[in-house]
Amino acid sequence: MTFDLRLIPLFPFLGAVLLMLFGRKWSRDFVFVVAALAIGAACVVSADACFFQLPDAGAGGLTDVVGTWIATGDLHIDLAFRMDGLSGVMCMVITFVGLLIHVFAAGYMADDPDYARFFAYLNLFCGAMLVLVLGDSLPVLFIGWEGVGLCSYLLIGFWYSSNDNADAGKKAFITNRIGDFGFLLGMFLLFQYAGSLSVPDITSAATATGPLMQPLWLGQPVAFWAALFLFVGATGKSAQIPLYVWLPDAMAGPTPVSALIHAATMVTAGVYMIARMHAVYMLVPAAMAIVAVVGAATAMFAAVIGFAQNDFKKVLAYSTVSQLGFMFAGVGTGNFDGGIFHLVTHAFFKAGLFLCAGSVMHAMSGSGDIRIMGGLRKKLPVTHAVFAACWLAICGIVPFSGFFSKDSIIAGAFGTEIYGEHLAWVGKLVCVMLMLAALGTAFYMTRLYLLVFSGDETRADEKIKHHIHESPPIMTVPLAVLAIGATLIGLIGLPGGLVHHPEANLLAHELQPVVGAELEVAPSIEWGFMAASLGLAVIGIMVAVAFYRGGYKEPARAFGAKFPGFLRLVQDKFRIDELYDRVFIRPIKTFSRGLFTFVDRIIVDKILVEGTGFVVDIFARLARAVQGGDGQRYMAVFAVGVAVLVHFATQPTLPFTKLKVTQTGRAVEVDAHRGNKQSTRPLEYAFDFGDGRPIVKGTAAEQRHDYDRAGNYTIHVTVRDPRWGTENDLKEKVEVR
Amino acid sequence: MPTSYYLILSFVLFLIGTAGVLLRRNALIVLMGIELQINGGNLALLAFSRQLNDLKGHVFAFLIIALAAAEAAVGLAILVGLFRSRQTINLDEATLMKR
Repeated sequence: MTFDLRLIPLFPFLGAVLLMLFGRKWSRDFVFVVAALAIGAACVVSADACFFQLPDAGAGGLTDVVGTWIATGDLHIDLAFRMDGLSGVMCMVITFVGLLIHVFAAGYMADDPDYARFFAYLNLFCGAMLVLVLGDSLPVLFIGWEGVGLCSYLLIGFWYSSNDNADAGKKAFITNRIGDFGFLLGMFLLFQYAGSLSVPDITSAATATGPLMQPLWLGQPVAFWAALFLFVGATGKSAQIPLYVWLPDAMAGPTPVSALIHAATMVTAGVYMIARMHAVYMLVPAAMAIVAVVGAATAMFAAVIGFAQNDFKKVLAYSTVSQLGFMFAGVGTGNFDGGIFHLVTHAFFKAGLFLCAGSVMHAMSGSGDIRIMGGLRKKLPVTHAVFAACWLAICGIVPFSGFFSKDSIIAGAFGTEIYGEHLAWVGKLVCVMLMLAALGTAFYMTRLYLLVFSGDETRADEKIKHHIHESPPIMTVPLAVLAIGATLIGLIGLPGGLVHHPEANLLAHELQPVVGAELEVAPSIEWGFMAASLGLAVIGIMVAVAFYRGGYKEPARAFGAKFPGFLRLVQDKFRIDELYDRVFIRPIKTFSRGLFTFVDRIIVDKILVEGTGFVVDIFARLARAVQGGDGQRYMAVFAVGVAVLVHFATQPTLPFTKLKVTQTGRAVEVDAHRGNKQSTRPLEYAFDFGDGRPIVKGTAAEQRHDYDRAGNYTIHVTVRDPRWGTENDLKEKVEVR
Repeated sequence: MPTSYYLILSFVLFLIGTAGVLLRRNALIVLMGIELQINGGNLALLAFSRQLNDLKGHVFAFLIIALAAAEAAVGLAILVGLFRSRQTINLDEATLMKR
């Protein structure tokens, strides 16, 4: 069924263009209205498509072909959009959370001089993200993929006057480029072997006997390598090991950006992409195992780093990396609706947490250092309530949303059967890693909550304390909506196996046509994991309460004093940035410097540029000697030139002639007349018939000759112009029978 | 007399004129050389005209004589101008085109 899906990304793009062109002249209120209307319209159209059109649309979902984009050789790519359950869910999350964040940003950015530019970028981002999730082929998806990367870069470096912000933007962009390279390789492989880049074509090519199962390298099939390369792209965009390093730095951008791009939407693009390409991934359990293990490792690793960060947004950034790891572990264990479910719940609670961070930093005169916070519970009651709801959600406390989604992933990892026999341990390993990560999550989030909100005294100086105030309604209302979402959104994904009602899991029901049926786990296991993850969350919270309630408590100090080296290592984020600097960045810089001094300075500058000048200079010196300004010398050269020209122009040319041979039996008639240019000048002809008889000379152009014997002969005719003495030899072979 | 005699004379005249133009330094002599070249050309025209029994050659020759007169007038005027500006008509010293 067709539907004007193009409208969905069109509205934000239109808003972005209008704001870029006219935003500076418009008042702030009007800028905000345009931006919010753009994303609001996209939200309304998405909701119409997703809730009213999609249920009647049939298996293919809603489609919209705008036109042919690329058609060359075997490659045919339409600029086409498709909405099925998966992209519908994504669209709703993007537009709805996006709308809330636009509203919040109107308050948060109220004093910023570049108000219009900010909203233009936000709109542009939403448009690109919607293209990403609606694209029906990998190249269209890739446009959105690159578009959100660009917006991410623009918004991280939004306050570009500070070098650190600009550097963070560059770091994000370059790290993403590395991933995108992998993504492109994956696309090339899929095109070469599946013959198409449209998602339905690839899905139908991805069968156990299809072209993607041909062995390629190291005995692994094409699908394995394609999946792996695409996953490299996903690790860049979604901040997984080893390309996660840009995300914490990306917190340099304005907080609404962190909430929208670096928590709720863009960073989930990798998870979305894997769910979109699930047909390819499901072919090769080994690739799925890599996705799941990398996800689970990232979840654990980032959670540990989160233990010791002292910047509000940095904690949330590592928390995001960690939660994205959960999502990858979800899709990597074949639990696609679990991964997407966590994506949705995470979008709500993490956007809420980030906006709370914005609200708190707004109150703290812009500082994000949690060491100087504390006791904000009473001073910022609304923010506190929202943060508490989102905190319980991310820790996984029943009945907040994160509980259901995280449990779905953990139980799914334990119960999954996609790996076959010899990789069966992967699911169990991932399950254990995720449970440890969940424990860590509960700990560091509780630490964050307590250090910011608990206690009676704020540890900041008087000047900041004096300023602390609750944010205006334009900021708190979106917060409240997100808190409600973070609390209740878990209801869309209740495990169907528990209530013996397959449609209880609304999300899985919605996704079922796209990624297959819900991964169901036996009720006993499900209950067991629910209890276990709840228990782990409570343990994590209890430990954190002992450590940090009302400020840094004795156990926290004692722990820090006991393992100072470990504490420093964690605070320094395991010095991964430094490692990358040593291993990759410095060698590249040294190499580049070498290229600069050798290739650029010597080859380009000296040899090519100055060499060209030198050659021109030499010829110019020679030419200058000729240009004496003496008219007589010029005339002499002219006379010589004319003489040479006349000499060649008056050269006698050979008369154009050709041989015509007519055979009748053993008699041949040779006609050596000139071509079409007849002249009265008599020419001399000499005929040699090649059979040993004397040469016939005369002025006649035609001769008749009788051969005595059969055989092959070559007739030579020499045409001579007696006036100039020029000669022309003509040859013709005859076969006489 | 055969046409070739006239043509040889015409060629000799042209060569003498060319030598004058290229080798002499006095601009007045150069002008005279040009005159000789023109007349060499004229002679060739007249010779062919006679051989081919066609009066067009004579018409051309008269045209060229008129042209040569105009050329001499302009040339002499330039010489006068040259002499006024640099008190010499030696062509070695008139290398203004270098600049």
